[in-house]
Amino acid sequence: MSVLFAATVPDIMTFVICAVIVLSGGIGVVMSRNAVHAALSLVLTLFGIAVLFIEQHAYFLAAVQVIVYAGAIVVLFLFVIMFLGVDRMEDVRSEPLKGQRPLALVMIAISLAGVLALSATASWVTGAHHVAGSLSAGHHTDTFLLGKSIFTTYLWAFEATAGLLVVAVVGAVVLARRPSRVHDEDTAPRSPLGRGRGGRAAPGPAGASGPGSDEERAEPGEAADAVSRAEVGR
Amino acid sequence: MSIGPAWYLGLAAALFALGALGVMVRRNVLVMFMCVELMLNAANLTFVTFSRVLGDIGGQSLVFFVLVVAAAEVVVGLGVVVAIFRRRASTTADDLHGMKG
Repeated sequence: MSVLFAATVPDIMTFVICAVIVLSGGIGVVMSRNAVHAALSLVLTLFGIAVLFIEQHAYFLAAVQVIVYAGAIVVLFLFVIMFLGVDRMEDVRSEPLKGQRPLALVMIAISLAGVLALSATASWVTGAHHVAGSLSAGHHTDTFLLGKSIFTTYLWAFEATAGLLVVAVVGAVVLARRPSRVHDEDTAPRSPLGRGRGGRAAPGPAGASGPGSDEERAEPGEAADAVSRAEVGR
Repeated sequence: MSIGPAWYLGLAAALFALGALGVMVRRNVLVMFMCVELMLNAANLTFVTFSRVLGDIGGQSLVFFVLVVAAAEVVVGLGVVVAIFRRRASTTADDLHGMKG
């Protein structure tokens, strides 16, 4: 089986270096104790994938990968990590569920070996070539072909993703919005971040990110609720 | 000419396995989201590889849509994480046992 057919030395070197970068970034995401370090390792992996896209002549997707993933999604991750103040070290070594990690490792190893064995022994014939549009037709760039494909063949899916994005934005705004004051009185959430007006003194950001049991954290919020209820009663 | 598809598919499988392992092992919800992104990227690499092998632009179009869905998923997921953090002051999956019987 000629897996290295007609590959030049720069191609092989690019692939090997990018594979090492991608896998080390992935290991960094899984193993790092700090969430910020995990996000930076994710950037490493995404850049490696982008270079592999370029290597496979998907230039537009490589640019989109860098802009959307590394430029928007990872920044969003970092923003939430910093906003919540959860960038402290997590104890990775402690294992609350006994035997969870060995079991997960064994299951992943079995699955990976199965996929690799399947792809090594299966035949590569997958059907007709270029059903949705040829990549090499008329010497067009991949950007031209991708745009043509998206705005003709996949136009309905494209419009559906537009709707999906609008729904996602509205959902994020609704989810992340601070609950209104009237709603606060009804549900009385025990929130250290959401309501700073009543009980600002005790919880604070330090109390929110520091260690402590759930009940301890709940107390200042309930005190704040009592204060606000007293205000309403007055 | 680039390297044959088998190497790319093997790399994508390894990356997907890493992502799945992270989702199973890690307990920080944010890191679990990042591991989901790893799995999506492995799938994207597979799409682009088959797009090149079969000479079909459809694979690259699908990667485009996967990117859009990933962005929407991250936006909503992080909104949920922020909303949970308002109530619980924790982003650990072990603490989210509110629906436990």
